[in-house]
Amino acid sequence: MKVKVKYFAVCHEMLGRDEEDMELPEGAVLMDILKRLEEEWPEIAEYYEIMQMSVNWEYATEQTVLSDGDEVALIPPVTGGKDV
Amino acid sequence: MFKITHEVIKAEDVIRAVEVENAGAIVPFLGIVRNNTGGRKVAYLEYEAYAPMAEKKMAEIAQEISEKWGLDRVAMIHRIGRLEIGEVSVVVAVASPHRREAFEACKYAIDRLKQIVPIWKREVWEDGEEEWVKPHPVYFN
Repeated sequence: MKVKVKYFAVCHEMLGRDEEDMELPEGAVLMDILKRLEEEWPEIAEYYEIMQMSVNWEYATEQTVLSDGDEVALIPPVTGGKDV
Repeated sequence: MFKITHEVIKAEDVIRAVEVENAGAIVPFLGIVRNNTGGRKVAYLEYEAYAPMAEKKMAEIAQEISEKWGLDRVAMIHRIGRLEIGEVSVVVAVASPHRREAFEACKYAIDRLKQIVPIWKREVWEDGEEEWVKPHPVYFN
């Protein structure tokens, strides 16, 4: 199956692209995408604790099961901003 | 109105979007590009958004406000791209029959926006360096 993966902010910068189509086996979960990205960007693991992922515009977990045609995004910490 | 835009934001347009005859109060919030962060001089900011998800999350925040305060006149708009010092980056407006709920709901809206709406800010410093803003970790799940 094929999913679209979108990269923002630091992820976009580190990977050098803002989206791509990824071929995955049936039953793949979000973690499988991260494992694949680790091959080219090992330091991505340092972001796991603070990075979110989404499937079809909804926050999801590493174990969320993917379907053909899903739109996935890696969401590094959003602007947040100190409350001052 | 829940929108990501490249255009200059006019606060009046956002306020107008929540106007309703039974409203005795409209509380707007304007986020402005500040000239420094922690004393370090900022040259300008670059904002990036995951626009369709951002607009969906804004609508969800409005739904939360509807459930908490019974208010259904909420508008949120965030600008992306390059913003200069003093420009408006975000406007939130909430209308309510009475001011107290409008103040509370407006604060809630901007706080939530900064938590769950996928928008990123890149600071470009006057000394030429630049970096993505890394806030404290926020956990959603």
